[in-house]
Amino acid sequence: MRWIRAHLVAIAGLLVLSYMLLPNIVVIVFSFNKPKGNYNYEWQRFSLDAWTNPCGTPGICDALGLSLRVGFIATLVSTILGTMVAFAIGRYRFRGRSSTNLLIFLPMATPEVVMGSSLLTLFIAMGIAPGTVTILIAHILFCLSFVVVTVKARIASLDPRLEQAAADLFANPFQAFIRVTLPLVAPGIAAGALLAFSLSFDDYIITNFNASPSSVTFPMFVWGASQRGTPVQINVIGTVMFLAALLLVATGQLISNRRAKTAA
Amino acid sequence: MSEPGGDAAVTEVQRPRRVRPSYTPYLLLLPGLAWLVVFFVVPTLSLASQSLQTGNVETGYTLTWHFQTYVDALSHFWPHFARSIIFAGIATLLTLLLAYPLSYFIAQKVGRWKNFLLVLVIAPFFTSFLIRTLAWQTILTDNGPVVALARSTHLTDLLQWVQLTNNDSLMNSRFAVICGLTYNFLPFMILPLYANLERLDHSLIEAAGDLYATPIKTFWKVTWPLSLPGVVGGTLLTFIPAAGDFINSRLLGNTQTVMIGQVIDSEFLRVQDYSTAAAVSFVLMAIIVVIVAFYVRRAGTEELV
Repeated sequence: MRWIRAHLVAIAGLLVLSYMLLPNIVVIVFSFNKPKGNYNYEWQRFSLDAWTNPCGTPGICDALGLSLRVGFIATLVSTILGTMVAFAIGRYRFRGRSSTNLLIFLPMATPEVVMGSSLLTLFIAMGIAPGTVTILIAHILFCLSFVVVTVKARIASLDPRLEQAAADLFANPFQAFIRVTLPLVAPGIAAGALLAFSLSFDDYIITNFNASPSSVTFPMFVWGASQRGTPVQINVIGTVMFLAALLLVATGQLISNRRAKTAA
Repeated sequence: MSEPGGDAAVTEVQRPRRVRPSYTPYLLLLPGLAWLVVFFVVPTLSLASQSLQTGNVETGYTLTWHFQTYVDALSHFWPHFARSIIFAGIATLLTLLLAYPLSYFIAQKVGRWKNFLLVLVIAPFFTSFLIRTLAWQTILTDNGPVVALARSTHLTDLLQWVQLTNNDSLMNSRFAVICGLTYNFLPFMILPLYANLERLDHSLIEAAGDLYATPIKTFWKVTWPLSLPGVVGGTLLTFIPAAGDFINSRLLGNTQTVMIGQVIDSEFLRVQDYSTAAAVSFVLMAIIVVIVAFYVRRAGTEELV
């Protein structure tokens, strides 16, 4: 009893963590299922069918490919634009700085349905047909603010004396930026890009307002499938993305650990 | 990437920067802010104008300042607004209750396992949240072990008594929707809370203990007040998307749990009554702004934005 009281926080924390991971475990386990009907909700028997044939459901790999392409481009553009904005806010005093901050904050405070539907009214009013381009515009929009906030936090935590030291050692501003500032801000930019990709890859609500039947992203495919039956391949792709994310973050951690060691 | 010429000012100490105003920040801001203005500000104005237009998809719309749309939308859909706010409110409270011990545990107790546990919090993001929400259908299914456990402990009777469920199952009920909302937005509560609690100075807690404060008293007088900025940030990041969400109510709920996001979605994409849909969107945004402004003022952390 005393042991439980002493470790109350740990027990509660680990219980919450298992609540968070439970659906992922279900997704992984059911990727080895062989369901009876169209719906993969009840365990029948072990099978590797879906793993040996991940594109076996029509349209699933096209949707995955579109999501990866959209995610890649949206991440690239929003990371570049967002990093530039973050440097402007983090490094300069200028007129309109607080309204700029507000403009960055507002998209994060807008519910996704409202953002998606207002973009749709704009596209309708301008006569732009929905498709891959409108999806990209929307994704870059909602990723941008999150990149700015993440990179800005990193810039704020930098020691300005490091750049002054570079200047004292006769680095010109460009060299100081490339050799000193950019490497120091890089972890923040990487975190922002990772966040942007996960937001873009996972978005359903905003995408749904700005997509056409010929531009089906992976979340839209999952949604459509869930109305008719859920193919096991969905679980396979969900599992692969989960493991890829774990691997990616673990690698990043290793690299930064090694850097910290060589620096010390 | 534009060259940050202004940084050179540190070497030119004698020459104050004010004399030669730098255009660098504006050049850096231009593309990003242009994107936000064209694709966020203009659409929001376009939405406002749409809500006051009359017409239909075939004949087109004209601006007639038809405020009656708002009155009709509110009188039609007020139960959905109320339900969304209540569900999002309950889910936000539950995420706070769940996220606090976990964030505290990761921030203060685990030492070098910190990064590993943080990865476990973030990694589920990469499995599409639709897939994970569908997994809740499997977990809460009628023949599953969770329902069996809930029945044997009479939890199902209790949930039925407080009207969170309609019968002795768990799926397709208010309970399932709130459970899904809580689950889906937990990381948005954990990350700001963690960022805050990580900076908490543990010697303050020890000091409270030295002064004979009980652990409960220490929590309420020291830890909780210091963590308020994290709590406010986390509750906003949870409440706002939860209030507009319709995935959970669609996949885990029934006709009695329809939330306002679902109304906006179907008015736009199915009924194609764009004016009503725009009016409902605008009212939702207004309600959220009012609640957030009131809440942030009460919590006394205006610097948050």
